[in-house]
Amino acid sequence: MKKKKQVLVACGAGIATSTIVNKALEEICKENHIDCDIIQIKITEVGSYVDSADLLISTTIVQQEYPFPVINARAFLTGIGLDEAKKEILEELKK
Amino acid sequence: MCGVYLDESLILTDLEVTDKEELLKMMGTNLMEKGLVKESFIKAIIEREKNYATGLPTKSVSVAIPHTDPEHVNKKAISLAILKKEVHFGIMGEKNAETPVKLVFMLAIDKKRSHVTFLQKLMEIFQNEEELNYLLSEENKTNIKNRLIHDLRVQKGEE
Repeated sequence: MKKKKQVLVACGAGIATSTIVNKALEEICKENHIDCDIIQIKITEVGSYVDSADLLISTTIVQQEYPFPVINARAFLTGIGLDEAKKEILEELKK
Repeated sequence: MCGVYLDESLILTDLEVTDKEELLKMMGTNLMEKGLVKESFIKAIIEREKNYATGLPTKSVSVAIPHTDPEHVNKKAISLAILKKEVHFGIMGEKNAETPVKLVFMLAIDKKRSHVTFLQKLMEIFQNEEELNYLLSEENKTNIKNRLIHDLRVQKGEE
């Protein structure tokens, strides 16, 4: 069995926009029968997950380079470009 | 509204400010004077906006959702400013990109990972041109308050 993917959902404060993205991601996973660990964090906490994470979904700027892909999640807040963002996330999760 | 505080005094209409710092200070001070946030909230929200911009372009006017850490908050609340003239905010998640903002929803959130429904409903407003245009054109604060309470409603038992 494939290892469960660990997905980080980050924003500046770790309380507002990441909460929305977190919820949306849970729904995407449920609809597509994907089982993954979703961890909601502040962007400054990403460093602690460098060795374990498979994907970072962020509403804020990601300054550093990480060994996993980074997807911008602003679409989940404004609805603009939402289908593309969902598709991008699904592609990563299905890898 | 799921214990999220809102009254007419937190709705600032036809507001004229020169820049976002003045705006954030004004909105933050108003929240502080009502005892909803601590004095430290004002500085914290200005700093947070510098580091993590909250401007969001929508299909209608751009909005911003300034907020900061729960430790500065006494009681969860939302304050809305409708600006007479746009103020530039950085775009969330973009480097060096700005957007002219007309509606500012300042959030005082007191807990991590809470108020999911409230926040989702707020984002639904941002995705609804009709609602945004209503907020822009309505002048009566009680009407705005009632519309927001209706839009941001959460069902009992959730949270």
